[in-house]
Formats: sequence, C-alpha cells, structure tokens
Amino acid sequence: MTVTLEEIYETAGMILYQNLDIRTTTLGVNLKDCVDSDFEKFRENVYTRISSLAGRLVVEAKKLERKYGVPIVNKRISITPVSLIMETHCQPEKFVDMARTLDRAARDAGIDFIGGFGALVQKGMTRSDRMLIDVLPEVLSKTERVCAFLNVGSTVAGLNLDAVNLLGAMLKRTAEISENAVGCAKFVVFANAPEDNPFMAGAFHGVGEGDVALNIGISGPGVVKSVVEKNRDCDLTKLSEIIKRTVFKITRAGELIGRELAAALDVPFGIVDISLASTTAAGDSVANVMEAFGIERIGAHGSTLALALLMNAVKKGGAMASGNVGGLSGTFIPVSEDSGMIAAVEAGALGLDKLEALTAVCSVGLDMFAIPGDVPEETINAIIADELVIGIVNNKTTGVRVIPVPGKKAGDRVVFGGLLGTAPVMAVNPFSAKEFLRRGGRLPAPVTSMRN
Amino acid sequence: MDKELVFITVIGKDRKGIVATISGFLYKNDINIVDISQRVMTDGYFVMTTMVDVKDAGIPMEEMAKQLDAIGEELGMKIQVQHENLFKMMHRV
Repeated sequence: MTVTLEEIYETAGMILYQNLDIRTTTLGVNLKDCVDSDFEKFRENVYTRISSLAGRLVVEAKKLERKYGVPIVNKRISITPVSLIMETHCQPEKFVDMARTLDRAARDAGIDFIGGFGALVQKGMTRSDRMLIDVLPEVLSKTERVCAFLNVGSTVAGLNLDAVNLLGAMLKRTAEISENAVGCAKFVVFANAPEDNPFMAGAFHGVGEGDVALNIGISGPGVVKSVVEKNRDCDLTKLSEIIKRTVFKITRAGELIGRELAAALDVPFGIVDISLASTTAAGDSVANVMEAFGIERIGAHGSTLALALLMNAVKKGGAMASGNVGGLSGTFIPVSEDSGMIAAVEAGALGLDKLEALTAVCSVGLDMFAIPGDVPEETINAIIADELVIGIVNNKTTGVRVIPVPGKKAGDRVVFGGLLGTAPVMAVNPFSAKEFLRRGGRLPAPVTSMRN
Repeated sequence: MDKELVFITVIGKDRKGIVATISGFLYKNDINIVDISQRVMTDGYFVMTTMVDVKDAGIPMEEMAKQLDAIGEELGMKIQVQHENLFKMMHRV
C-alpha cells in the first residue's frame, strides 16, 4: 500500500474521535465593481454576485466533504469593506438596506455568516466610515448573518482613539436592542487586521485582494490535545516537536481541500489560516490542550509560557505544510466558545487581566467574553484600547469581541447557543480611565527599532 | 491505465464477517480491491482498510460512501471512505 495502516488509522481517528475538521472555507469577494449610482441596481448587483458565488461554494464544498471524509463545518463569504462601496450612497437608511441585502443573499445561498460590514479607520474616518459606525447597532440587531468589523489601529498608523471612543456606546446600544446582547458577538474591532482572514466575525476581503479568493481555516485542538496526552513526560523541546508534526498533518489536509475547492470553483486559492479554533464540543478546547501540558487550569501562572509554546509549534508546523499561510494564524482563546475557558473563568482561575496577558504572546485577542451591562462605556473603550495597543506595539494582530450584557453582573451566565456558546460574565476593574480617554486623538505609531 | 484509489477504513470491535460483508458489497458494485490489510491496534481497536480502484465503479463515490455508512451501522462499526490523496498529503513531505 502507498500508506500504512497506522497512518490511515491515525487520520481516521483524528476525524472520528478528535474533531478534526476544516473549520471554515471563506470565499473573499470584491464588490467594488457592483457600485452603481442607482442604489436599487447596486443592491441587485451585490445580491447576484454573492448568491451565485455562495451557492457554488456550498455545492462544491459538500462534494469534497464526501471525497475526503473530512467535515467542512462552515461555508462563508467575506466582502470588500462596506464603508468603501457606500461612499457615494452615504445615508443611514441605505446602509441598513445594504445590510439587509447581504443578509438575504447569505440566507438564500445557505451561508451562515457574511463578513465585511466594516471600515478601515486606523488613521481617520470618512463620512461613510462614521455613518457605518452609527448604524451598527441597528445592523447587528436587525440582521441575522451579517458580521461587522473595524480596524482602528496599526503598527504603521498608531491607534485612532477617536474611533475607539465611539465603540463603548455603540456596543451598549447593540446589546440593549438585540436579544441576549448577541448582536455584539458579530462585531470585532482590530488592530493590524489581516485582509485575508477566513474566520468570523472579523473576515473581510481586503482592498489589496483580487476579484475573488478562497481562504481556508483549519482546526484541530482535539487532535493536538490527543498527542499531548500521549506524551506526558517529555520536555518542552520534544513537546514542541510533537505538536509541530501534528499541525503539519492537519494543515496539509486544509491545503489539499482548499486547493481542490478553489480549482472546482475556478477561483484563485488564497491562504490557509492555521489558527487552532475551539468549539464547545467536548475535547475541542484550546484551554484543554494547555491543561494537558500540565497546567491545572488555564489562567494559572505558567499559562502564558504554555500558550507561547503552543503557538510557536503550531506556526512552525503550519508554515512547513503550506506555502500560503495567512489570515490570523494565531490561536483563538474565545471564552464563550471553549469549554475549558468557560470552566477556568467559573473556577476563578482566569480573569480579564490574565486573559489580556495571554493575548500578548500569541492570540487574536480578547474574544467572546461577557461583562456586566452596567460597565461604563468609557471602560469598554479602555478595554479595547489596551488590547489593541498590545498588537500595535508588538507588530501583530489583536482584536476585541466584547459583550456587555444588560441586567447581568459578574458571576452570572449568558447562553448564546450554537457556535457562540455560553459566556460567564467577567468582572471588570471598577476604576476609570475616562479622563485620559477623553483627550481623544491618535496614538502615534511606535518605533520599530529599539525593540527592548 | 490511471487508477482512482480510495481507502475504505473500518474501525471498531472485531467480529466475524467484516471482510466478507465489505468485499461482497464491493463485488456487487463492480469495485476492484487493490490491497487489503487488517490488524488489532495497540489501543485495542480492530482496523481494516481496503484500497479500492473506483475508476470503473458501478456507483458514484458519494453513493458508495452512503451505502457503506449504512453497512457500518449494521456491523456496529465506523466506516470511513477517503480518497488516497488525503493520506499522501498528510503523511508524506
């Protein structure tokens, strides 16, 4: 045989028992050429472009699932940042109409999320960018599948604090008018946002991209945990090597399926995002991987070292397996979507301060965490600014997806259901940075030399 | 002649008639067995894998996978149907 029985069994075991899957196939679609001075025609162009491409994506992805026996969990679309294409139709009701069009196109094609209702405002805001932020509460609460993002900082531009200062109030309003505050789960604010990220809620099709590109997000915390559990006593060098080899294999599966899917759709293959993405399924938890290293609960002292080791190994294995690694390619540590993270918060092992520290070594940021609904908007702005500046200074992507839940206090729980999971409401530092943030303006970009 | 190789992997508790059931199904559908191998693994699972050429198969791969799923249910075992390329990609640099 060309492959051994052990190798076949290993692959089959990853899929059957360790939740190996292709987490997302996201088709990035340029919408700039859909713009028309007639708004109705514009909407029709957008609807037709998205529904035709998305429909084919779903059909072809299902064929490959059967061919390789690897589940492709999500089929999604990312689009040109909406504020760009709405510049000449800059009216609030038109923004909402466009969001509804996107929602309808996604639903009709069987796509669960469409990303890109956002803007790049790291340096400043156009009238259209500002209007988009103003309508976000309505868009996030009135549509089901539209995901929104903002990029408010970068290592070359600094941090746009004026934009950040709008977000606390926007998120609180979104939480108030959407059931269970779930609208906030569909919005991510970034620094150094990648233009080819396939993962929601922050996916968008960047302005540097071509007409269309197929991007793949792999997964596999369960697979990594399984090999770590089989190697209880090895030292860090060996542990890193074992993880690297495993991630190589799962990334290769993603690369193969991505290439074939792109060929079947006759579109260019974009990138493989090698982020380990957890789900609430038992055993599919990034926190549990680190606990298998020997950390009692994620959040304990030592967790930052464990996460750094994990990320380093994941990146090395992934980079060897694919020539097209891109997107976020970190490790996600969302609170509500990872059973180990939820358990750690509820056990008192993990708080917001340690979570922020973890994001400095490699992760995408503070993700899917709930805070009490009565946290002042300035404090939400400050949480966002703190997290994003970690990315700006360290030349990496960071993001925040925070859910202020009305009527809930620290220690309560909020159940979003499905992919979004269950969030324990986390305590927030009661002291304020209001007077500091009130200054507004832009944090100057950091120097990139003198790196100590 | 080009071959289209697919692996059928059966995993579960060992029992009588596994090879007979799978090979009978393949014969009925005009699918040629290229190689076959089986073993009880160190973790106690029985694993059998059959490499088949589906180039001239009497049924499409999707239908074959679906029918094998049903056979797996009857045998109380997991049956995976996967194209050869997946293993080559994952296990060969």
